[in-house]
Amino acid sequence: MIKRLSIFLLLLAHTVSMSFVFASEEMHVPMQPDWSFQGPLGKFDRAELQRGYQVYTEVCSSCHSMDLVSYRNLVQEGGPEFSEKQAKAMAAMFEVEAGPDADGEMFMRPAILSDKFVSPWKNEQEGRISNGGAYPPDLSVMVKARSGGADYVYSLLLGYEDEVPEGIILDDGVYYNVYAKNQRIAMPQVIYEDGVEYTDGTAATEVQMAKDVTAFLAWSAEPKLEERKRIGFKVIVYLIILSFLLYFTNKRIWRDTSH
Amino acid sequence: MSDDYEPQSAVAKWIDKRLPIITLFSGHLMQFPTPKNLNYWWTFGGILTFCLITQIITGLVLAMHYIADANLAFASVEHIMRDVNYGWLLRYIHANGASMFFIAVYLHMARSLFYGSYKEPRELIWIIGVFIFLLMIATAFMGYVLPWGQMSFWGATVITNLFSAVPFFGEAITNWLWGDYSVSGALLTRFFTLHYLMPFLIFGLVILHIWALHVPGNNNPEGIDVVKGQDTVPFHPHYVVKDVLALVVFMIVFAGLVFFSPNILGHSDNYIQANPLQTPEHIVPEWYFLPFYAILRAIPDKLGGVIAMVSAIAILAFIPWLDTSKVRSSKYRPLYRQFYWLLIVDFILLGYLGSQSATGIYLILGRLATLYYFLHFILVMPLIGFIEKPKPLPKSISEPVLTKEEQLTKSGQMA
Ligand code: HEC
Ligand code: HEM
Repeated sequence: MIKRLSIFLLLLAHTVSMSFVFASEEMHVPMQPDWSFQGPLGKFDRAELQRGYQVYTEVCSSCHSMDLVSYRNLVQEGGPEFSEKQAKAMAAMFEVEAGPDADGEMFMRPAILSDKFVSPWKNEQEGRISNGGAYPPDLSVMVKARSGGADYVYSLLLGYEDEVPEGIILDDGVYYNVYAKNQRIAMPQVIYEDGVEYTDGTAATEVQMAKDVTAFLAWSAEPKLEERKRIGFKVIVYLIILSFLLYFTNKRIWRDTSH
Repeated sequence: MSDDYEPQSAVAKWIDKRLPIITLFSGHLMQFPTPKNLNYWWTFGGILTFCLITQIITGLVLAMHYIADANLAFASVEHIMRDVNYGWLLRYIHANGASMFFIAVYLHMARSLFYGSYKEPRELIWIIGVFIFLLMIATAFMGYVLPWGQMSFWGATVITNLFSAVPFFGEAITNWLWGDYSVSGALLTRFFTLHYLMPFLIFGLVILHIWALHVPGNNNPEGIDVVKGQDTVPFHPHYVVKDVLALVVFMIVFAGLVFFSPNILGHSDNYIQANPLQTPEHIVPEWYFLPFYAILRAIPDKLGGVIAMVSAIAILAFIPWLDTSKVRSSKYRPLYRQFYWLLIVDFILLGYLGSQSATGIYLILGRLATLYYFLHFILVMPLIGFIEKPKPLPKSISEPVLTKEEQLTKSGQMA
C-alpha cells in the first residue's frame, strides 16, 4: 500500500517539476543533424574533419584559440589524418615565438608539428579588447563544455536571424541568435555561404560549413573517440562471454547444494 | 576452520611456520563457512573491494601525470586525455569508477538495512561501514575538485563555505581550510594530498570491516543464526565463483559507461577551466551527493542545514539501537517492510530534488522528504519494533529451502 502510494507521489512530483523546467527554459532545443561519430560504432568522417580544419583556420582562428591541440594531432590516427607533409606545411603557415637564442633574444620561427595551435591573442585581455569585452573562449574542448554538445555548437553557428523579435533588446556588439542563452550572444554571424573555398570541391553552403567545423571540434574535444569505441566493443564482448562461462560454472558448483 | 589447512609443499611449510599467512588466507578466503542461502545482494561486498582497488591503481597512475597547480591542473588532465598512453582510459575508469563505487555502496547499505545485518552481533561491522561511507564521501568530493573545472571550483567553494556557519570561529576555520582568503591553488594542493591519502585509510577500515564480519560470520536473507556445517558451504568455490560472476556483470555496466558514454554522469561545465570571476548558473554536486545536498538546502538556516546534512549520515551509526525489533530480516517483518520501501523512495526523491533548484514546489517536497528521512530512523524504527507482530521464523535456514519431498522425509525421520 505505502509502497504504491509513494511511487505515485514520486511520479506526481516528477510531472509537476517537469512543467516547471520547461516554463523557465531560456534556451531552445538545438537541431540534431546526423553525426557520423554518434552511436556505439560511430567514427569520424576524415574528409569532413579535413574540411572542418579548413573552416576553423580560415574563419574561427582569427578569434578563437585551440590551446590543447598540436599540429601533430592532425596526423594522428582517428583524426583528420592529414599526411605528415600536409600537416608540416599547415603548421609552417603560423609563426611562434622561440628562443632565447645565443644572444639572449627571443625570435619568431615558423611553427612545427610539435607546437600547439597558435593563438590569435597574446593574452586574454587582448582577445577581450578586440571583441568588445567578450573573450572568444578556447575551442579545444568546447563540444564537451556545453550541454547539447555538437548539436548545440552546430545550431549556434546557424542560429542567426535578421528579424529580431519584439521584446528582445540588444546592446552594442550583441547579436540575436535563436539557440544562444537568452537568445543573445557577443559573437557575430561568421558562417556565410561560400565563406571558404573547399579544396576538395565540396559546395560551401552554410549548413555544410557548420557541420564540418563542428565535427572538427567534436574530434578535438575527444580525439581518442574511435579508439575508445573500438576497444570498448572488444571488452564488452569479452565480458559477456566470460559471464556466460561463469554462469554455467556457478550453476555446476551449486548443483548439489539445496538452497 | 583454519585448522583444516595443512601446508603441502616445503616452501609453504617453511613460510607458514614462521608467518602463518597462508593459513590465514586459506581460513578466511577458502574454507570460511558461509551461509548457503545468500542471494546476489550479498555480492556487493566483493564488488566494493574491486572498486576500491580499481580506484587506487588508476589513481596512482593518474597521479604520475597530474599537476596540482591552479594554473596547470586543467591542462594536465587534458594532457592525460590526449598524450599519455591510454590516459583517456585511466581517467574515464577513475571518474566513472567513483560513480560505480557509490552505486555499489548504496546497494550494499540498502541490503544491510533490509536484512537487519546491523543487528546484534554485527553492530560494529555496520558502524565501521558508516565510517567507510563517510571517508568515501570526503574522498570523492576532493577528487572532483582536482581537474579544476568550473564545477570543481564552485563545488569546493559552496562546500568549504559551509564551515563559515560555525558560530564565532566560522571565518577562521574556512580561512584555515583554504590556506588563503578564498578557494585557490592552496586548497587544490591540500585536497590532492588528502585525496591520495584517504583511499588507504578506507583500505584499512575495510580490513577491520571484514575482520569484524568474520567473527560472527555473514548474516543471511532469513536473518537467523546458522548451524555450521548443515547450513553453510565453504567460501571457495561456492561464493568465489558467484561473486566473480556478479562482478563481471557489474563490469559490463561499468565498461558501457567508460567506453560508450564516459561523460554522461559528469557536468559539461567541468570542461571549462575554473574561473573565480564567473559563477555558473547552477552549482550541482555529483549525482551521488544529491540526496544529502537536498537535505542541506531543505533547512532555511545555513548552520541548521549543515547540522541536518551531517546528522543524516551520523544517524546511520545509531541504527543498531534505534531498531528495537529482535527479528533481523524484513522478510519476516510485514509492517516494517512497507516503511523500508518508503525510505528508499524517499531517498531517491531527495536525490532528484537535489538536482533541481530549491524553490517553490521543490523546496516544499524537499522539506517533506527530509522530514520523513529523519522520522524513519527516530520514530518509525523504534516504534514498529514494539507494535509489529513478525511472521514466524523458520527453525533453521535449511528448513525453508527443503523441497516438499525432503520436508516429508525429514518429518518422517523425526516421527
Ligand atoms: C569575430 C570573432 C569571432 C569569430 C570569427 C568566431 N567567433 Fe565564436 N565567439 C566569439 C566571441 C566574442 C564569443 C563569446 C560570445 C559570448 O560570450 O557571448 C564567441 C563564442 C563562441 C562559442 C561559445 C558560445 C557559448 O555557448 O558560450 C562557440 C561554440 C563559438 N564561438 C564557435 C565559433 C566557431 C565554430 C567559429 C568559426 C566558424 C567562430 N566561433 C568564429 C567571436 C568569434
Ligand atoms: C569501501 C567500501 C566497502 C567495502 C569494500 C565493503 C566490503 C564488504 C565485504 C567484502 C563484505 C562481506 C560480503 C558482503 O556481505 O557483502 C561486507 C559486509 C558488510 N558491509 Fe561492507 N563494505 C564497504 C562499505 C560498507 C558500508 C558503507 C556499509 C554500511 C554503512 C557496510 C556495511 C556492511 C555490513 C553490515 C556487512 C555485513 C553484511 C552481512 O554479512 O550481512 N559496508 N562489506
